[in-house]
Amino acid sequence: MIFTIKVNGQAHIVDVDDDTPLLWVLRDVLGMTGTKFGCGMALCGACTVHVDGVAIRSCVTPIDSVGTSEITTIEAIGATVVGARIQKAWLDREVVQCGYCQSGQIMSAADLLATNANPTDAEIDDAMSGNICRCGTYARIREAIKQAAAT
Amino acid sequence: MIVDQQAPRVSGPSEPPSVNTLSRRNFLRAGAAAGGGLVLSLRLPFATGEAEAAADNVFTPNAFVRIGSDGKIVLIMPYVEMGQGTYTAIPMLIAEELEVELQQIRLEHAPPNEKLYVNPLLGIQATGNSNAIRGAWQPLRQAGAVARNMLVTAAARHWNVDPTSCHAERGEVIHEATGRRLSYGELAAEAARMPVPENVALKRPQDFNLIGTPAKRLDTPAKVNGTAVFGIDVRPPGVKVATLAQSPVFGGRLKSVDDTAAKAINGVRQIVRLDDAVAVVADHMGAAKKGLEALVTEWDDGPHARLTTEAIAAELDEALLTPGAVAENIGDVDHAMAGAATKVEATYRLPFLAHATMEPMNCTVHLREDGCEIWVGTQALAKAQATAAETAGLPLDKVVVHNHLIGGGFGRRLEADWIARAVEIAKHVDGPVKVVWTREEDIQHDMYRPMFAHRLSAGLDGMGMPVAWNNHYAGSSVIARYLPPAFNNGLDPDTTEGAIDLVYDLPNLHVEYVRVEPPGIPTAFWRSVGPSRNVFVVESFMDELAAAVKQDPVAYRLALLDKTPRAKAVLALAAERIGWGERLPPRVGRGVSLQNAFATHMAQIAEVEVAKDGTVRVRRVVCAVDCGTAVNPDTVAAQIQGGIIFGITAALYGEITLKDGRVEQGNFDTYQILRMDEAPNIEVHIVQSQELPGGMGEAGTSAIGPAVTNAIFAATGKRLRKLPVEASALKQPV
Ligand code: FES
Ligand code: FES
Repeated sequence: MIFTIKVNGQAHIVDVDDDTPLLWVLRDVLGMTGTKFGCGMALCGACTVHVDGVAIRSCVTPIDSVGTSEITTIEAIGATVVGARIQKAWLDREVVQCGYCQSGQIMSAADLLATNANPTDAEIDDAMSGNICRCGTYARIREAIKQAAAT
Repeated sequence: MIVDQQAPRVSGPSEPPSVNTLSRRNFLRAGAAAGGGLVLSLRLPFATGEAEAAADNVFTPNAFVRIGSDGKIVLIMPYVEMGQGTYTAIPMLIAEELEVELQQIRLEHAPPNEKLYVNPLLGIQATGNSNAIRGAWQPLRQAGAVARNMLVTAAARHWNVDPTSCHAERGEVIHEATGRRLSYGELAAEAARMPVPENVALKRPQDFNLIGTPAKRLDTPAKVNGTAVFGIDVRPPGVKVATLAQSPVFGGRLKSVDDTAAKAINGVRQIVRLDDAVAVVADHMGAAKKGLEALVTEWDDGPHARLTTEAIAAELDEALLTPGAVAENIGDVDHAMAGAATKVEATYRLPFLAHATMEPMNCTVHLREDGCEIWVGTQALAKAQATAAETAGLPLDKVVVHNHLIGGGFGRRLEADWIARAVEIAKHVDGPVKVVWTREEDIQHDMYRPMFAHRLSAGLDGMGMPVAWNNHYAGSSVIARYLPPAFNNGLDPDTTEGAIDLVYDLPNLHVEYVRVEPPGIPTAFWRSVGPSRNVFVVESFMDELAAAVKQDPVAYRLALLDKTPRAKAVLALAAERIGWGERLPPRVGRGVSLQNAFATHMAQIAEVEVAKDGTVRVRRVVCAVDCGTAVNPDTVAAQIQGGIIFGITAALYGEITLKDGRVEQGNFDTYQILRMDEAPNIEVHIVQSQELPGGMGEAGTSAIGPAVTNAIFAATGKRLRKLPVEASALKQPV
């Protein structure tokens, strides 16, 4: 089936089955590989993107559910005020290790701060616990979110 | 500094520099670079090829520093970045002595060449065992110092002044009296003609500008904006995506496949049948996965169809009754045991563990008649190349490997099984194919941290102190398969690390190992390797001894550490920083562990809270570490924090079990990973030290397990001798 989707402000026409997860459309069809695959079952958060500003797991989001929504990925999150702040905090705090989970972490954090400018520890835990980091960078993610919130 | 992710097809100085000098110690040479400039070739000491090279006097360098006439400095080195900060820490060693800014150095990864790029402590071209800094510490600083000396000499000749009246600073040589300056680029060609100095003094630690400072990681910016390219992200033109199912039972075979439904799926291109696996090749992973689910597959399960973890555990228990290879023997344990006032005995059991790297296994292959191109993220480049060549039936020089960022290694990417798989599939596919494993396949066809059983016994004297220590253990040797020459007389250095050479002063000690390989189950290195088991066992048992004679576990250990002051110091520091001895609420406890592993001394104290239903929460961890010179202290802290999270995951959740020959876990719901809401507060205290740098990538992981279970004992009185923690055993009695 033919779908027209809007990613990072640009329209793309793709021809895939209607149940194809958005993740694979982004990565394999459109070649936007910043969004990662970790589990395929909404268990790890590596594939997190925004649909109309809300963080979702693209590995379980069928393409036919996206419609005309605005999709934002890690490649463009730096263009938002919150996204840029988060990326800077991530660098300042040396959050990253292998880096594979960090696209998803940043997308989840960006959703959190866009809706809650000053989250408590519990709110941070709540928003971020769907994102696994196998390298164990949680403490620095928490610090970086606080730094981004304070700026 | 720029990090070049792709292994260059041809290394920088592919033609050996025209050699004009040979230092007496024969570890380093200097010469002119192809396009002008200075090249230093160095050989890291203790390399496996050393004896042979010395015999025929052939110099076999394995790292290069090139200073071009354009002022660019390139370091070609054999280590891989896996998130542990190697690409930042290693160039610091050269930059420190060369007197240049870190940003001036460009890093290139060495191409695969087993002979040239051997990792000195591992003996193969691989990044593992926390030893990149340990191997490079001396030679890279020496190379930097030699290059600086030659540049200064060249400048002094140019100005016709005494070299001692000049000094190097930020990539320039300066004549102090006149203020004249020449850049390294201007001097490089001239410097190449200078004699290589015999003895160059290295900087004193108090003069370090870079080493010991928290330098910013250089590989980070691309990892926060989606531009970093991991192996799974490559897209050579025309690439197809494949995913696969391997025989669910290890050693089983593919019997039949009905692919009618799969072939009808939009985007599915091809079904590839292998002896023991089937793959679906498609336009994108969505179609490939859907295709895989639509296959109707029958397997012949083979000889391990009934295998269970319980059966393997029973085999290990049996092996504990048979004599093994003696790994260490001090004094006379039997005699001491006979005269002991108290005897303590315990058996510990450790499970299979999967690596579950965040980036699932994947490899992209383009197989042509005359050659093969591979895109992958590997910790062992030469092994990757050799495996691909063998599988493809091509000579080594027809296989080009592009190495990429690694989304987690932890030992998994020291193997090459998934590369062989990808090449097998590529044999059936026209054009490039990217083989991506599902998470389920990644967990069910991992190569696992082996199961082990340990039987410990000790004799205590009238004061309660240990006079006899016996550790008899059984399990798989990864080294015997991976690096056979290192397995000797029934022993290898990995299986024993952490079980022998203990920090404690024990007058009579006997350690014996029985090798038992689980039928059909491949075992492999896993972050913190041997110590991941041995430290758990030793530190749990030490705790049991203190408890048996009602002594404080920290004081008990301290009394045994007079001969190992570095160990004593980190333990005392950790105890002080956490406030050891404070009163704690009910069901809250603190537990300690101490180790010397990977040439690093570390003490950890964990504080846990055990809920009424038995759920364990690690609230706080204090870690004191003496890792010798901390080259990049921020990376040291990051590695310890991450290593502790990795170890808590294993202690609380980590277990791969088998039923009917099949791995029972499949994704992160059944193979749980610690999440942010469970992550403790971790404090890392680094002891200032000028000793040789120790390994950092793994130490945090092995130390945390026993700290957690000892803390559970303190909180509940329940001693856990088997990992992972069984919450149901910790329920509060009503
Ligand atoms: S890949 Fe989507 S949540 Fe893991
Ligand atoms: S940084 Fe490696 S998984 Fe998070």
